[in-house]
Amino acid sequence: MALETAYIQDKLTQKFGNKVLNFEMQRDIFSFEATPDAIHELIRTLKVEEDLNFHFLTDLAGVHFPDNDDEHQFSIVYHLHNWIENVRIRVRTYLPENPEVNTITDLFLCANWMEREAWDFYGINFLGHPQQKRILNMDEMVSHPMRKEFPLEDSGRTDKDDRFFGRTVQNN
Amino acid sequence: MAESKINMVAPPEGVTGEGFFATKLNDVVGMARANSLWPLPFATSCCGIEFMATMASHYDLARFGSERVSFSPRQADMLMVMGTISKKMAPILRQVYEQMSEPRWVIAVGACASSGGVFDTYSVLQGIDKVIPVDVYVPGCPPRPEQIVDGVMQLQELVRNESVRRRSSPEYKELLASYNL
Repeated sequence: MALETAYIQDKLTQKFGNKVLNFEMQRDIFSFEATPDAIHELIRTLKVEEDLNFHFLTDLAGVHFPDNDDEHQFSIVYHLHNWIENVRIRVRTYLPENPEVNTITDLFLCANWMEREAWDFYGINFLGHPQQKRILNMDEMVSHPMRKEFPLEDSGRTDKDDRFFGRTVQNN
Repeated sequence: MAESKINMVAPPEGVTGEGFFATKLNDVVGMARANSLWPLPFATSCCGIEFMATMASHYDLARFGSERVSFSPRQADMLMVMGTISKKMAPILRQVYEQMSEPRWVIAVGACASSGGVFDTYSVLQGIDKVIPVDVYVPGCPPRPEQIVDGVMQLQELVRNESVRRRSSPEYKELLASYNL
């Protein structure tokens, strides 16, 4: 018997009540939102409950929404996969300015590098991460470059004309 | 031997006589250096693929005395930087340059190595001349092997005419000092 989305929803709502919300099908993947304080326990439940069995973390990514309200500035998206039933699931959690969330490296070792990447690019602080430092950018960098408030261009450029990069209104 | 297609390098200007040939030391050293430039390829992306074609039989950079590609910076004369250099890579490139012994020359091959190219972004070094001095820039994205060969020939011209004293001159020391080398 296949793992039904309605069953997942019932089971999670039973255990977490109003800490899980906005269940929907998004591009063929069952998706929902969870509050940041519940996320660690939620992912643990998804992994260890034998009838859910989401034992594979496909992806973990940060997102920045500068236009959202203060409580929804940042988001972390977790993609989980049940290999036996071949069911995927997407969990989102929203974080305020100065984002902090519990690490899930104790549940999935592969989360280590992905959380470092989210820290590197968005400055999301993963509490309890064993080695939270930059992974892709150079260590001396001070900004978290994928946040919208930081400029994309290199500040040290000297010979590039904005006109040729589509950055001026009047291109002449 | 008269029908041989091998081109020899012409001897420098000088005075020839019975059993002797007199010329300037500069010219001899320059000629020797220019025709035995050992390249050190520092290839990070597509320009490196063009360099492979340049080294291979069709374009054959060995014709210019660069048969021996050195993968040790200590035995190389000509650092060829090909491809995008990210800021994280910059200290490594610098270290490779520092490990080369004098005299040493640098060719920046392609738009990325010369100026950062299209990668006008926070993670990419905006031209390797931000961290090491460059002698020849080869434009192109990527440049064709002919252009790389032309770049090497331009460098040969520089090497041929370089004074043997240049590397100990105050101007050169000033140049290195401006890069904190």
